[in-house]
Amino acid sequence: MSSLTLIIILLAFTAFAFHLGKRRSLGVATRAGGVRKLHSLPSYYGTLTALWCGVPALIVLGLWLSFETTIITWLVVAELPPELRGLPEEELGLLLNDIKNLVSGNVVASEVDATMERAAEHYRKLQGISSAALAVVAISLATAGVGNGWRMIRPGLRARNHVERAVMAFLIISSLVAIFTTIGIVLSVLFEAIRFFGHVPFTAFMFGLEWSPQTAIREDQVGSSGAFGAVPLFAGTLLISAIAMTIAAPIGLFAAVYLAEYADARVRAVAKPLLEILAGIPTVVYGFFAALTVAPVIRNAGESMGLSVSSESALAAGFVMGLMLIPFISSLSDDVINAVPQSLREGSYGLGATKSETIRQVILPAALPGIVGGLLLAISRAIGETMIVVMAAGLTARLTANPLDAVSTVTVQIVTLLVGDQEFDSPKTLAAFALGLMLFVVTLFLNVIALHVVRKYREQYD
Amino acid sequence: MSSTTEAARPSIHLSPSVTARLARRHRAERRFRRYGIVAIGLAIFFLAMLFISICSRGYTAFVQTFVQLEIVLDAEVLDLGAERDARTLGAANYQGAVKQSLRSLFPDVKKRRDRRKLNGMISTGAAYQVREMVLANPALVGTTVEVWVPADDDIDMLMKGHIDRDLPEDERRVDDDQLAWVDHLLQLGRIEKRFNTTFFTAGDSREPELAGIWGAVVGSFFALVVTLALSFPIGVAAALYLEEFAPKNRWTDLIEVNISNLAAVPSIVFGLLGLAVFLNFFGLPRSAPLVGGLILTLMTLPTIIIASRAALKSVPPSIREAALGMGASKMQMIFHHVLPLALPGMLTGTIIGMAQALGESAPLLMIGMVAFIVDIPGGPLEPATAMPVQIYLWADSPERAFVERTSAAIMVLLAFLIAMNSFAIWLRKRFERRW
Repeated sequence: MSSLTLIIILLAFTAFAFHLGKRRSLGVATRAGGVRKLHSLPSYYGTLTALWCGVPALIVLGLWLSFETTIITWLVVAELPPELRGLPEEELGLLLNDIKNLVSGNVVASEVDATMERAAEHYRKLQGISSAALAVVAISLATAGVGNGWRMIRPGLRARNHVERAVMAFLIISSLVAIFTTIGIVLSVLFEAIRFFGHVPFTAFMFGLEWSPQTAIREDQVGSSGAFGAVPLFAGTLLISAIAMTIAAPIGLFAAVYLAEYADARVRAVAKPLLEILAGIPTVVYGFFAALTVAPVIRNAGESMGLSVSSESALAAGFVMGLMLIPFISSLSDDVINAVPQSLREGSYGLGATKSETIRQVILPAALPGIVGGLLLAISRAIGETMIVVMAAGLTARLTANPLDAVSTVTVQIVTLLVGDQEFDSPKTLAAFALGLMLFVVTLFLNVIALHVVRKYREQYD
Repeated sequence: MSSTTEAARPSIHLSPSVTARLARRHRAERRFRRYGIVAIGLAIFFLAMLFISICSRGYTAFVQTFVQLEIVLDAEVLDLGAERDARTLGAANYQGAVKQSLRSLFPDVKKRRDRRKLNGMISTGAAYQVREMVLANPALVGTTVEVWVPADDDIDMLMKGHIDRDLPEDERRVDDDQLAWVDHLLQLGRIEKRFNTTFFTAGDSREPELAGIWGAVVGSFFALVVTLALSFPIGVAAALYLEEFAPKNRWTDLIEVNISNLAAVPSIVFGLLGLAVFLNFFGLPRSAPLVGGLILTLMTLPTIIIASRAALKSVPPSIREAALGMGASKMQMIFHHVLPLALPGMLTGTIIGMAQALGESAPLLMIGMVAFIVDIPGGPLEPATAMPVQIYLWADSPERAFVERTSAAIMVLLAFLIAMNSFAIWLRKRFERRW
């Protein structure tokens, strides 16, 4: 039985349980002397029965499906002949892939021998047993739930309180998803990064000046040193982010000041939605724009001035990233400028200051923490931005401060290392996780500071 | 005496130094104001540039050059024996029939090399098109049909003016012979540009003239359905807990810091999470919209939670108090009264979150939704791409014709995004309530 059919059956069963519970509660109520003898409304009894029926079965189903593949694979490996089991981890992984392909009837990469056939047969058998067992377990759990409901429903049963407690549990679990996500990110990135640092020392990664993540396929291969010094990547990321911020910070700030202090309602009604459109454009579109429109313009301009400009210059990527950040900075700054109390402005006007003097000497200093927080968030976004640099920046990591050169960034390398078929255990793929760890730590640091600054500032005026 | 001198002496506010300074201050004021206007003007100018550059490149992809061929579906040309079942019909030599019809159109072309050049002007999809026709109606064998078949992408580019006829022959993708043949076809009225339905109905292809966006649209759709089904209930539930029930303690503080922080974590890190957890740990299939949807769920949750909390905050306390006063339990008060009133705001936030998810591509690259997939996915577990990823893939392709297709795909994506955001705005305007 496929898991989808099973889920549908369970859902139908649950709906039936709701009905049954409701009927049962009305039944016991008439015997006890009318509906008003019930503690809760009849539908609560129905919901409670449905919860008893559906929730355990669906939880078991979910857990079963999540761990089925892992356990079956483990069992199949245990059954393999010892000489195959003794293979290094990578080769065993390839063999397992072949067996899985054999099971699902896909094209198999290597020669199929009798052992593999047997293993595939074993796999298929285990799969069959597993899905049959799952169906039996899930349906009997659901039936037991309905039986339990039928037995428990009495006029005195506090069905509403039980249901409300279950709903409460759902609410709490939902709000914990955010924490689980963070833990998941930290664990997944950290574990692989630690494995990477087992191959490459931490100091060589952090302070090495050369990045060429080629690992040798044969022992004697030429040019397969596999240098994993990430400094050129950090420098490239910083260069592009710096270019982006020099574009976005002044334009975004001035736009915010103008919109908040000068513009009348009509201008605001036009300009604000336009800026929001800019904010809603997917980054892949910006990347296309950078690679196809901005980069050639910059190169032609540079060549007409006698400069040699790479076709994947940091300037093009940084410029377009700056465009992307303008609405981000302007809307955050707009918020903080609007939060500055009117009394400060009026005090300044009363002393004879002009509008621009008020803005420069009163409003901006008062809004400074919020603006700095916004800028920090923008920097963190620039560092983590992927698609624009993947499409418009270079692949070769070069240690340079020249914005007309091609540089590579941390995110570009993560993408190039992980896209495409890779063994999962080579230092090359693990390096991506080490880079991801750096990215996560740096952006986390920036975000926490920025959010702290913004929060603290807000409390001052509220 | 003193009074007369005071009247004669100019007021300190009008002394020459003050007047000069005032003029300077007013100039500074105007300059400052101009900076603001220039900043907004620049932002809008860049926005316009972006739209113009994409639309001017992309609009031509909505039409496609077709050539009208008179194809003789002779059993001999098709290599058909006496049998007419679906299998033999499917394996027949339609390529040969297409080639022969071209040959009859240009009887002067004799040399092998020239013939190959001539055949290269028609898309390889032409034979498949004829095959579909015959399979749908086997009675066509033995007759002659007039069909419009797609031209090769180079001919398409020539017809759309993207290839300059005045360039020297060796710098042109279309050589002089082919130019002459195209002109001949033009004279005969057998070549023209028609609406490009393939673009909206086909999956990906290596041939630009056969590539379409539909496979990616379906992939995006499945991923978004998963995202919506998970992120809306979870997001609303989390918002309800944090806004209505949560005690103010270190735990809830931690949750709140986590949520606002997750909103700012780079999207590619979510991709790494998906790769390590969903693919390697749970063993979910690569390239599946289900996994993409799960990752996008985690990414959109913060947006939805923050919007839902704002919506809950805007419901006035009087509603709550009235419900509690009538004897409702706290849960009943929230689910029967507060939630329905906050729902429009929550939906608005959800749609905006979905629009963000639709445009997201970096995490999908990590979980293998970048594969070259021709088939239209039939479910959330089948390999698929998503629209932004398709754009990325096409942007990487070297063929000139893919540039216009990429731009056209971007136009389609932006149309979806604008539609979703306008719907959100409409929803907000329609149900917004000032208490």
